[in-house]
Amino acid sequence: MFTRYRRGLFITSFLAAPVTLYVVYVISPYAQAFYIAMTDWRGVTATPAFIGFDNFARLFSDQIFWKAVTHNGALLVLLPLLTIVIALFFAFLLNVGGEGRGVAGIRGSRFYRVVFFFPQVLAVAVVAVLFQQVFRPDGSGMLNGPLMAMGLRPVGFLSDPGVAFWSVLGVMVWQAVGFYVVLFSAGLASIPRDMFEAAQIDGAGRASLFFRITLPLLWDTVQVAWVYLGILALDVFAIVWVMTDQHGGPDFSTTVMAAEIYRNAFSYFRFGYASALGVVMFFFTVGFAILSLRLTRRERIEY
Amino acid sequence: MTTTTSGTSAVAASRSLTRRERRRRLGPLSALSHTALVVWTALTVVPILWTFLASVKSEDEIFGDAWSTPARLRWENFARAWEQAHIGQYMLNSVIVVSFGTLGTMLAGSMAAYVLARYPFRGNRAVYLLFVSGLAFPVYLALTPLFFVVQNLGNVPLAGPFIGLNTHAGLVLVYIAYSLPFTVFFLAAFFRTLPTAVAEAALVDGASHTRVFFQIMLPMARPGIVSVAIFNVLGQWNQYQLPLVLLQERDKWVLTQGIADISTAAGYDQDWSALFAALTLAILPMLVVYTVFQRQIQSGLTAGALK
Repeated sequence: MFTRYRRGLFITSFLAAPVTLYVVYVISPYAQAFYIAMTDWRGVTATPAFIGFDNFARLFSDQIFWKAVTHNGALLVLLPLLTIVIALFFAFLLNVGGEGRGVAGIRGSRFYRVVFFFPQVLAVAVVAVLFQQVFRPDGSGMLNGPLMAMGLRPVGFLSDPGVAFWSVLGVMVWQAVGFYVVLFSAGLASIPRDMFEAAQIDGAGRASLFFRITLPLLWDTVQVAWVYLGILALDVFAIVWVMTDQHGGPDFSTTVMAAEIYRNAFSYFRFGYASALGVVMFFFTVGFAILSLRLTRRERIEY
Repeated sequence: MTTTTSGTSAVAASRSLTRRERRRRLGPLSALSHTALVVWTALTVVPILWTFLASVKSEDEIFGDAWSTPARLRWENFARAWEQAHIGQYMLNSVIVVSFGTLGTMLAGSMAAYVLARYPFRGNRAVYLLFVSGLAFPVYLALTPLFFVVQNLGNVPLAGPFIGLNTHAGLVLVYIAYSLPFTVFFLAAFFRTLPTAVAEAALVDGASHTRVFFQIMLPMARPGIVSVAIFNVLGQWNQYQLPLVLLQERDKWVLTQGIADISTAAGYDQDWSALFAALTLAILPMLVVYTVFQRQIQSGLTAGALK
């Protein structure tokens, strides 16, 4: 009797603080957001009135928000695609692509793995400011300086609405690749060496080593990477908010859902409307999560 | 002695033969892949080095040719960044918030994860799912209500002034709460893999549940704890969105806010060299810490994805 009481007391005392914190700061705001989304709450002091689904009706004709959604959509496709292709290529070179005897990485693979990971440890806000300088539109920019020295016209990396989105994508890929090189390397390390060696003895070249052995055995990890990068693409905020002109400009050519939610809430103080945008974003994210869980059937290969 | 030498040289000869044979087969590809690696290394390193270079330039040199070298190393840029741009203050704020944030996350997270992993009780599964469901929610949905939750907590008697808006303790609590889903998810899985015999023996010997946790289970879970701690330190250090909403008073700001702000403020204040010095101050310590602990950091960050 006493031990049961003691056990119950222990469970309660260990769960009390974490659960309280979590309910107060995470669960309750999410729950409130769904209600706030159905009010016309504007400004810090105003009393909100319940307006049902009016915010959602308005949202459908909000050009800027749908522009943001298409940008997230484009990132959702391009960011994982580019990052995974580049990272797989490098992970393969660093782990099995070496020209030495047997299966080994290329010379200096440890060095490359360390360096490629650098951007991953930097804060996104810091990376954003860094690239703001790299992309400067005149001869003082790291990229435009050499371009102009060669007599070419400077590129408006952040000032040209047709280019700015690609600059954002480029920076995101730049920051993400190193992490996935390491992730795929860890995946490759768990594949027994004999598999590669056997294939090599049978005369497999590097291309068939990659497509016939590496890729199928790494497929599980690639799927995980796809989900992670997809969520990163849907969640992007700091890089757009800090790096681009006018927070998502020029002319909303780089804006994303998160930036529009933040802008509506904390620049225009449209709390109700911003929450409605948040609810839409929530369904996009959950939809993506469910879809990717459906598509990624877990077929583990046991060695 | 001679036989061994000739033996090795024969092996070496045959080895170089196979290598030459393989190089013939893979030749152009090999040169190409080396080039690709060098190009990506340059892409990674050059922007960072360029920033370091600009941090010791004068204003005129920064606005001149991008690749010019400075006439004189202007270390005073760093003093201005540290003092006038308040990078020193912001960095201290970041250190305080992340230290307590991570410590609190690890304590709360490991306690919850341990109980959820090892003590079956009614509602266990529900509590676990409650925590883990947080992994799927975009934080932006919660931003507005979170702002008001923290504002309202500021009006709570006694504790209010310490945990409301513009307080570090308030931000620490928010960090802990938002770090819990991943921490609980990862550590619960880790605790489940640990053997039960030692803990059971200790309980039979009369040790309390609390003591078993702190003196036996926690040390056993060390590798998992270290991984998640690294994950949380980096995540909280790099956090920008939450402090942007919750800390509006300048002297409370964390480093990411400070850096993001100088880039906009530099337009008016015209102190670009201090901006580059500030960037360098934000980047360099991270690279040094990363280079020293790179093995742990890489495995800490990727461990989560491979679970």
